Amino acid sequence: MKFHQATLPNGLHVVAELSPHVHSVGMGFFVRTGSRDETAAVSGVSHFLEHMAFKGNETYSADDVNRIFDEIGARYNASTSEEITLFHAAVLPEYVPTAMGLLSGLLRPSLRTEDFDMEKKVILEEIGMYDDLPSFLAYDKAMHTHFHEHPLGQSILGSVESITRLTSDQMREYHRTHYQAGNIVLAVAGKYEWEPLWELIQRSCGEWSSGITPRDYPTPQIQTRQTVLHRPSSLQQHGMLMNTACDGTHPLRFAAELLSVIVGDDTGSRFYWNLVEPGLVESAELSYNEYDHAGAWMTYFSGEPEEAEANLQRIDKIFEAVNQRGITAEELQQAKNKVSSRIVLRSERPMGRLGSLGNNWLYRGEYRSVQDDLRDVAAVTASQISDLLHSYPLGRTTTVTIGPLESLSGSGK
Amino acid sequence: MTTPRVHQFHLKNGMTVLVEPMCDVQSAAFSLLFPAGSIHDPPALNGCAAVLGELMLRGAGDWDSREVITRLDNLGVQHNEGADRVFISFNGALLGENLADALRIYAKIVRTPTLPAEHFEPVVSGARQVLDSIEDEPRQKVIVELRKRCYPPPWSLPAEGSYDGLDHLTLEQVADHYRHHVHPNGAILGIAGNVDPKMVQELISELFDDWGPVEESPLVTGSRGPFLDHIPHESTQTQIGVAYDSIPYAHPDYYAAWAAVSILSGGSSSRLFTEVREKRGLCYSVYATLHTLKDQARVLCYAGTTTERAQETLDVMLAEIRRLDQGILVEELERCCARAKSSLIMQQESTSARATSLTSDWYHLGRVTTLDEVRGKIEALKVETILNHLRSSPLTNLTVLTLGPQPLEVR
Repeated sequence: MKFHQATLPNGLHVVAELSPHVHSVGMGFFVRTGSRDETAAVSGVSHFLEHMAFKGNETYSADDVNRIFDEIGARYNASTSEEITLFHAAVLPEYVPTAMGLLSGLLRPSLRTEDFDMEKKVILEEIGMYDDLPSFLAYDKAMHTHFHEHPLGQSILGSVESITRLTSDQMREYHRTHYQAGNIVLAVAGKYEWEPLWELIQRSCGEWSSGITPRDYPTPQIQTRQTVLHRPSSLQQHGMLMNTACDGTHPLRFAAELLSVIVGDDTGSRFYWNLVEPGLVESAELSYNEYDHAGAWMTYFSGEPEEAEANLQRIDKIFEAVNQRGITAEELQQAKNKVSSRIVLRSERPMGRLGSLGNNWLYRGEYRSVQDDLRDVAAVTASQISDLLHSYPLGRTTTVTIGPLESLSGSGK
Repeated sequence: MTTPRVHQFHLKNGMTVLVEPMCDVQSAAFSLLFPAGSIHDPPALNGCAAVLGELMLRGAGDWDSREVITRLDNLGVQHNEGADRVFISFNGALLGENLADALRIYAKIVRTPTLPAEHFEPVVSGARQVLDSIEDEPRQKVIVELRKRCYPPPWSLPAEGSYDGLDHLTLEQVADHYRHHVHPNGAILGIAGNVDPKMVQELISELFDDWGPVEESPLVTGSRGPFLDHIPHESTQTQIGVAYDSIPYAHPDYYAAWAAVSILSGGSSSRLFTEVREKRGLCYSVYATLHTLKDQARVLCYAGTTTERAQETLDVMLAEIRRLDQGILVEELERCCARAKSSLIMQQESTSARATSLTSDWYHLGRVTTLDEVRGKIEALKVETILNHLRSSPLTNLTVLTLGPQPLEVR
């Protein structure tokens, strides 16, 4: 396993972790842009642009992109979050040159108007699909409620109205300003040699325009807010609760990760013993979400509407107990065992390493090996968890539910 | 492609153990299957296997629920368990050095579950809530309902159970299900990763040799559901499910059937993706998949689209399915083979994928295929072979189910 790092003159950051002991190569362009970087006028453009990337450029038509990726047996896809648009592919080593040509081409698409008009229909269908998924709606609404007017509260998909209004010219302008090389990290993991890889990258990405897009960091104005979305046709009540947590560069982020496992893992956690095992919910989990200059505790649960109020109170009690009395040494050790095992299992596939490589560079400007992560997980102490809880207690400044209930106590009908 | 050696052990009680050591990995994964899935649910008690699968983790021997889960968590086992149609399964992945300890825990779970009475209602409540979540997710519901219609009982019964079945279930019936169906005969244990086959063999003998077999009861079958159906549902999108007969994994022509579905729906250059999404923008999600049981199989197709465009979506899907036997380009076949070969090689980076593949091979074929053998079969495929397969078995038992505000026409 060897780590390499280099930067092209145009500012594209490249990080690679190469090893002869695997079979494939995973590569991903992490573009530092997402819904938080959009203005209201172009809401949903980052995600729409991710789709448009696959419509080709002067070298490849849309059909070529789909066809050639399949010809080389690539597993490839893309995703858009509030902060990152990621284009990734896993291929066998002999196909790395072809895959690099295609993948880098995705970041310089032609954005033809006729393709834009056709893909707009697909985006509207995607919005329609999520409109039928209550758990997704709960997430979207919770982010919006919690971050309120802060950019992190902006919808990734946009709305039917914003997408319908969006023009291809607006998208071209967004692409011009947000896909500059300095805004992008290319991560590569797997079985390949550095020298030919670096040559390939220079050839594929060397001509990209340079520059970095500034990002705004207003302070989130977090206040207690509650939203009840009435959906009479649903059987279940879904709840999404949020509270402020440390940001992605905080020294206690490993403690935060372990605390989320202790309290809200899908097995053997406080949520499991108090909510899932007794059959009071279908599922309940707590995650620690790190963002650029922000962080959040996010709790999700689903279950019978009649139990929703009582489940919220049970969750409050769990939070209160942890905030006041902390966690036990056994819980901490168990969480370390679980998390360490997951780190190792995930690392055995190049695609499993890709996220860690790209995100560490993008958020923290650092490389972390599997051993670095294992060491830092092992080093977390109960007193660090106390410190963390002191600064970032568990709770729910934001409560969003969706389902048959018309109201919750404390909220108007 | 190297061919890893698979070690096989057969216990006298009928349990099969398959071990594939893998180099360059620290982890090991296992998959332990018992032929106790929902096809064995007692009449009118659909959900019995689902409840048993969950209840088995709620206490074993002298351990209570907390002790079982805590021991697994302390070993860092990433586990999942539950019932599908055929099996109740226990799957896990962990560091290879912890495998022996984990297998000891699972031996206790599967041989001496306490099935505690106080956990019965909570588990049934959890199972009912899983049904609620399917009702709330139209994408999932349409496939569950499609399978209800295109397979005969008991294969049509959802693994998750039914409200009615769960309402009538008793703990005694669940305990009976355990006694009759969770037995070593027919059980398959697949292990892949950083393991020593000799250690596994000795340990498995110690843990399971003295477990006696139980006579298996025959399945009661029935007749399949309607070919055309609509479920009214208030939703933004209409969900479309299409199914037709295909051939199972054990059939000599299986790879031709698999390639036909792959050309229809494998990858972004496949026909459904190209014609339904890329050229017409009719939907976000469209796919077809070959679903295989031991002696029967179906192609299951799905699309979700806004109601106004649903009829056109169904028309285009059916047109693509129907025209498949009229011709296939060599390039289409080549792409499907390239994807398959790449996927086979990448499988060697995942201990979980290998463990599952071992047990699946054994169940369907009664032997383990090597990666080279599969690769050979894929490379030997010709366009003519696929067309012959399609023409010799024209679309039979075409089933169309829609879920949404309005029914659609099959044209």
